[in-house]
Amino acid sequence: MQIVKMVVTGPFAAGKTQFIRTISEIDVVATEAKITRPEERIKNETTVAMDFGRITIDDDLVLYLFGTPGQRRFEFMWEILSEGMLGFVVIVDSTRPETFREARLILDTFRSYAPVPYVVAANKQDLEDAWAPEDLRIALRIDPTIKVIPCVATDKESVKNVLLELLYSILELMEEEEAT
Amino acid sequence: MALKGNLQDFSATQLLHLINLARKTGTLVVEAPQQERARLSFKEGKLIYASLDGQDDRLVSVLQRAGKISEELARTIRARSDIKDDRELGLLLINAGYVTQKDILESVRAYVLDIVYKLFTWPEGVFRFEPNVLPVEGRVTVSIDLENVIMEGSRRLKEWERLQEEIPNLDMALRFTDRPDARLRSIQLTVDEWRVVSFINPRNTIRQIAQYNNMSDFQIRRIVYGLLQAGLVELIPPEGVEVKPPPGAPPAPTVVPPIQRRPAVKRSIIQKLIDRIREL
Repeated sequence: MQIVKMVVTGPFAAGKTQFIRTISEIDVVATEAKITRPEERIKNETTVAMDFGRITIDDDLVLYLFGTPGQRRFEFMWEILSEGMLGFVVIVDSTRPETFREARLILDTFRSYAPVPYVVAANKQDLEDAWAPEDLRIALRIDPTIKVIPCVATDKESVKNVLLELLYSILELMEEEEAT
Repeated sequence: MALKGNLQDFSATQLLHLINLARKTGTLVVEAPQQERARLSFKEGKLIYASLDGQDDRLVSVLQRAGKISEELARTIRARSDIKDDRELGLLLINAGYVTQKDILESVRAYVLDIVYKLFTWPEGVFRFEPNVLPVEGRVTVSIDLENVIMEGSRRLKEWERLQEEIPNLDMALRFTDRPDARLRSIQLTVDEWRVVSFINPRNTIRQIAQYNNMSDFQIRRIVYGLLQAGLVELIPPEGVEVKPPPGAPPAPTVVPPIQRRPAVKRSIIQKLIDRIREL
């Protein structure tokens, strides 16, 4: 049985757990704790170690999805979770510009762990206050070669699209390497 | 799509940078906590007009404040009800020899820039961008490149914390973005900024550039922040140097060489993943 792995990361309350829940074939194994800090009370619970989802590809192949904790005090988990990843998705809450700087720092941190492809998912695009993906690209200073994909983490087709775009990026990189 | 937020999280220079790069057309409305409200209008990424609530922005007042017309003439103009709008007034004043077209454009430009620079001093303020909303018909508009405005805004920055957050690591290097010669020619840089520009090279860290120029951390951060926001340079890891973040500073992961390898996976596996996810 071969196992391949992708990581879903992003700032606190960006929608990482929901993203994995929407696509995973098993109930997501979530390590959540009640929020105690008043400044983080925008949701009731937060991921403290990881979220884990699975998609069976065939009898010999399984895709694992790992969601990272969004808060910096659990940063020690990030590198552990990133070990052996095929690529990663950075989820950004498009309605909360106050998290953009944190998203940029997380993106840079994961880039430093491994030279793997990644995409940025501009989440909550169904909400009125959402910034457009192209505005997010400029705000987060994302290279034009990196895909910034509109996303609604509660919508399966939208989540599928993000994962597919990441896989296309992985494939493109493989083709480039084969050509050189 | 919305472009909303607070200047606390996304500064005025960052906003102008975004509007410039995305070549946006519309009006940016910023409301400060002290009931002040500024409106800045843009056409294809260029600043064309600005107004501030509570400040008369009609041409007659703009010219009077700039000292181009007398108080008496301004009173006479205000008393006349047959002048439709500012453009018509401008033409009348030019034809009557009171002012030149240059006087009018310079006065409007100075008025607009005054408001934008005021905005840079607001530490907070709720903003929203209204796409395709432009000043009312008949106003005299100008066309101001935002790079210079962004540089000036950065020169006025006094918040150490923001600069520290934006440029956490002085051991990064700088690289010019596309066509630096053409862009640098259109931007008015100070002597200190030129001194920094002359040292920009993938081998020189920001810290080294500061040392060569005898600049403090705050001075160099402010100049680099301006160059970054004006889209002239970008941050890169320095060539051939392993860099550690300074003590107490947030981590600067981009300069650390990747510590993990990419997993060896065949193309056929990726294709299987694609096929499976498509059919989910």
